[in-house]
Amino acid sequence: MIEQKSFPIYKPLAIVIGTSAGGVEALTKIFIGLRAGFSIPILVVQHISPSSDSYLPKHLNRLTTVSVNEAIDKTSIEEFNAYLAPPNYHMLVEEDRTISLTVDEKVSYARPSIDVLFETASRAYGRNLLGVIMTGANADGASGSKLLREMGGFLVVQDPKSAHISTMPEAALQLAGADYVTNLEGIIEFLNQLK
Amino acid sequence: MINEEINEIQNIEIRLFLEALFQRYDYDFRNYSQAHIKRRILHRMNLNNFKNISEMQHRILYDPSFVQQILLDLSINVTEMYRDPSFYAAVRKEVIPILKTYPFIKTWHAGCSTGEEVYSMAILMREEGLLNRSQIYATDFNHKVLKIAKEGIYPIDQIKDYTTNYQKSGGKESFSSYYDANYNSVIIDSSLKKNIVFADHNLVTDSVFAEVNLIICRNVLIYFNRELQDKVIKLFLDSLAPGGILCLGSKENLQYSTHFEMFSVIDAHEKIYRKEYRH
Ligand SMILES: C[S@@+](CC[C@H](N)C(=O)[O-])C[C@H]1O[C@@H](n2cnc3c(N)ncnc32)[C@H](O)[C@@H]1O
Repeated sequence: MIEQKSFPIYKPLAIVIGTSAGGVEALTKIFIGLRAGFSIPILVVQHISPSSDSYLPKHLNRLTTVSVNEAIDKTSIEEFNAYLAPPNYHMLVEEDRTISLTVDEKVSYARPSIDVLFETASRAYGRNLLGVIMTGANADGASGSKLLREMGGFLVVQDPKSAHISTMPEAALQLAGADYVTNLEGIIEFLNQLK
Repeated sequence: MINEEINEIQNIEIRLFLEALFQRYDYDFRNYSQAHIKRRILHRMNLNNFKNISEMQHRILYDPSFVQQILLDLSINVTEMYRDPSFYAAVRKEVIPILKTYPFIKTWHAGCSTGEEVYSMAILMREEGLLNRSQIYATDFNHKVLKIAKEGIYPIDQIKDYTTNYQKSGGKESFSSYYDANYNSVIIDSSLKKNIVFADHNLVTDSVFAEVNLIICRNVLIYFNRELQDKVIKLFLDSLAPGGILCLGSKENLQYSTHFEMFSVIDAHEKIYRKEYRH
């Protein structure tokens, strides 16, 4: 089920990351680990309580040279930037590579939902998209990961054995398979070799 | 056929689908967020086991009852009372003092959905002593939600959250004094409805209908593309009296609008703007 495809030859045009329980820690490690000057735009859905403030983007922003911000509706997706879905909004990628936010019903009990980001980003970026699924306690992201691979994107899944909570990576592996399965350190190393 | 090609074909089909919906029924979704529309249309296609979007287009052209389903799919009506309590707190602090200087206040809720936002604001106005000199227009293009808004009957299981929101927003009374509770629903106190007119208005195809002092349009513009957002902002600009106030949703902003310089910022975080007096 898990295919170990060779690493993408092309630098992807965007990276989408989905995570839930345990994700703040995992994201913290990822952003600390990114090499200085990392340029590929990153879009992140971290499941988060609807009433939480904008702590997470500020926190992550301090860890890296990437400029991390809460996503604003209709922003163009730019290099050297990372965009976090705001609490209580879905984050969608338009095919003109701008961000739209919506307040649609929850998907897989979540808003923001990883599936919504992965599906729309897959349609916008096709084979030029890299997806990363990490620790989490539900199956959100699995069907988005499936579409991502169908559209030719490259999927990295955190090794469930190494994940704080394994449900989310397991669900993704089961439905979508993966191009590369590794622990957090491996994900960081993988991201840093993209050029 | 490879998936990238299918994606391209679907984009063509969607443009044709929206064109059909517009030409046959006058509903204009052509400049809505493309990613949103595509998600919703593909979702419907899969649910109803259509082979492709073209097949669905055929169905809407020949089956008007199916159009109602599509309208529900495309218009998202998710709402709540005192959504974003900090916004209502900011209105109390920064907007009410301005409105208090007016002898009569006209408010427009654009895209009011099932009315929770309208009643939240009406309660706030009552507590600030402004409701009896107010005229409130609450509009949406979806008849189904307008009917619910008019009735003002809501499921009781949400009242707990709404009460919390109300208190966080700086509510001054006991929230339960604004509704009558039944077994599984609440009905909004009818005295709050006295100055409210609920009406059908489409932000894309209809024009200015009144000069107002306050426009509240939250979580509607996010569904439009930039171009349409700009057009609707212009409609708001033309509807506002000089010094009139525009309130958008927490994650919406005027930043990308070509009309930005016609407004001053009252609260950047809560997205509250004021139309300049000049011009
Ligand atoms: C997500 S709801 C927002 C409800 C409320 N303002 C709030 O923030 O809680 C969006 C509303 O906008 C309405 N809407 C969408 N397009 C519209 C249009 N072209 N004209 C008028 N209303 C529209 C929908 O029917 C829906 O009720």
